[in-house]
Amino acid sequence: MSNVGIQTAQGRSLVSAGRVGKFLKSWDSILTLIFIAIMVGGSFVSPYFLDTRNLLDTTFNFMEKAIVALPMLFIILCGDIDVSVGSIIALSALAIGGAAQAGVGTPGLVLIGLGVGLIAGMLNGYLITRFDIPAIAVTIGTQSLFRGISQAVLGDQAYTKYPVDFEFFGQGYISGTPIPFELVLFLLLAVGTGILLHRTTFGRKVYALGRNPVASKFSGINVGRLRFIIFSWAGLFSGIAAVLLVSRIGSTRPNIASGLELDAITSVVLGGVAITGGFGGIYGVVVANLLLGYLKYGMGLINVPGRVMNLVTGALLIVAVVLPETFKRLDQRKRLFKKQGGTV
Amino acid sequence: MRKFLKRRETTLALIIVGFIILVSLRSPRFATGSNMYDILNDTAVLMLASTAQFLILLTGGIDLSIPSTMAFTGMLVSMLNIREPNLPIVVVLLITLAIGLALGAFNGILVGALKIPPIIATLGTIAIYRALVFVVSGGQWVSAHEMSSIFVSIPHNPFLGISGILWYTTITIVLVGLFLTYSKTGRAIYAVGGNRPAARLVGLSGERVDFIAFSLSGAISGLAGLLYVTRYAAAQNDTALGYELQAVAACVIGGVSVLGGSGTMVGVVLGAFFLGLLYNALTEVNLSPFFQMGIQGLAILVAIVANTLVDRRNRHKMLAKRNLV
Repeated sequence: MSNVGIQTAQGRSLVSAGRVGKFLKSWDSILTLIFIAIMVGGSFVSPYFLDTRNLLDTTFNFMEKAIVALPMLFIILCGDIDVSVGSIIALSALAIGGAAQAGVGTPGLVLIGLGVGLIAGMLNGYLITRFDIPAIAVTIGTQSLFRGISQAVLGDQAYTKYPVDFEFFGQGYISGTPIPFELVLFLLLAVGTGILLHRTTFGRKVYALGRNPVASKFSGINVGRLRFIIFSWAGLFSGIAAVLLVSRIGSTRPNIASGLELDAITSVVLGGVAITGGFGGIYGVVVANLLLGYLKYGMGLINVPGRVMNLVTGALLIVAVVLPETFKRLDQRKRLFKKQGGTV
Repeated sequence: MRKFLKRRETTLALIIVGFIILVSLRSPRFATGSNMYDILNDTAVLMLASTAQFLILLTGGIDLSIPSTMAFTGMLVSMLNIREPNLPIVVVLLITLAIGLALGAFNGILVGALKIPPIIATLGTIAIYRALVFVVSGGQWVSAHEMSSIFVSIPHNPFLGISGILWYTTITIVLVGLFLTYSKTGRAIYAVGGNRPAARLVGLSGERVDFIAFSLSGAISGLAGLLYVTRYAAAQNDTALGYELQAVAACVIGGVSVLGGSGTMVGVVLGAFFLGLLYNALTEVNLSPFFQMGIQGLAILVAIVANTLVDRRNRHKMLAKRNLV
């Protein structure tokens, strides 16, 4: 009896690898369909929804989040998690703000923002890989630490003085078009991330690590280095997000980007990436970010309060995880049923 | 005796004593009994939230929804209080526990029955429960003058010279401690958290354990929510924001492993108390309260690195011993 159980358990894990792969393809298409449904539904709900200018301008509201979601995709693919990205943005924003008050010019501000983000990410990566501590524990600590530093320095103050040309990153458009710079930057970074993930050995290593950490170690992947690079990269992209965010809102307060980590994780999971690692891809994450952004935009047009929007995204997240699992289980039951000649 | 000295809780207790002495060198008022009593009162809610988090960490999960459960329960009982100002405390308590239990059980179903990883399930419900606070309250506060005197007296009501909030907290902590140490289900929580596949092979259902742990955790969060809103005499949409991580911090400092299966109730209480001391000491040494979060983060990092290093040394020792024998 127990023997049978073990065999099916093994068979199941082998089967499910192929199944999930197949399902993800269809998850991408489901996401695309939901996205189209939101666009169509939105245009019915409000005549202002499909206005090109509005559609482009509303991306300002979620591009920072989407940019952070890119490295978060890699982190979750590895089976890790990073809940400190929002706080890295706060720390990086603090540095940008402080430097701006001291009269540093725009190029310097960008460099400082990226640099501080990168260093914060490297600290995460170092603690995680050097001491082999679960990423969730480390990043819960650094989440407090990074935002705490910002809070200790700023208190109830805010940095509000920035050079005029610094405004371009978060408020500017590609010259002569109504296309926001943030949107173009995100798309470029997303394409780059997609190539890295799906067309290079680096990306293959990430999948290998996420699916079987032990096997990937034995097959010669430098797991520690890989994770260190990915967490550092998350820090760097958080730095980019900080530059955009500070430039857009023109003010740095300690609570800047608080909760952004949860939004980024939500979009990645909604994008069909398994939280246990190893499954998912760039397309789902990009679509999920656009989907969430335009859903909020649509709800905003019909005056849905922010808290209630969170209810919708929270529910969406849970449904996004429950549905594939349920399908998978139904499918397995069917297979099992067939295998045992319909006796179960 | 040597074993007692080597225990994690003993180390932490010694650190706490050392810390108290250090701070009182600068501010003699710090180590007085009445100040300690105040700190305990201030920390009681965090202790309960940490106990709720502890149960989930033991199973190898994490519960992000604790503050939302606190806020929702607190709001609902406060609104009930407006309608029924004279409900006896016992009834209020039972309703509180029931609401918390229901929210926790919903988490438990998501994790236990639907197999959603705890971090994702509670990431969803942290937003959902918080949104429900807004939905039921319409974005309004329930403030002190709307609460009945019975209701506001819940955390105070001294009995044998000790405040109500400490009684409720102590009773909960003792019950959970006994439950985890002596009951079959309590041991099952440790077993499942320590090694899920092995626990399964000896016939312990991980799903059942998840469900029970989340339900209990919800009930305790509910109680924490009630004590929070009554102590501050206000139920808001932002009640207890950020408590999930403070609770993890208390647990980690108390020696609970985020991988599940190890940690003690005593450790968690000490961890929460230590955080309470830290916050209180800031004002004693004239540091702005804005330093609180940063110092908390530092304490978490130091604690987890220390935990890991100690664990590793112990494992090495055990291995070395085995080779010798």
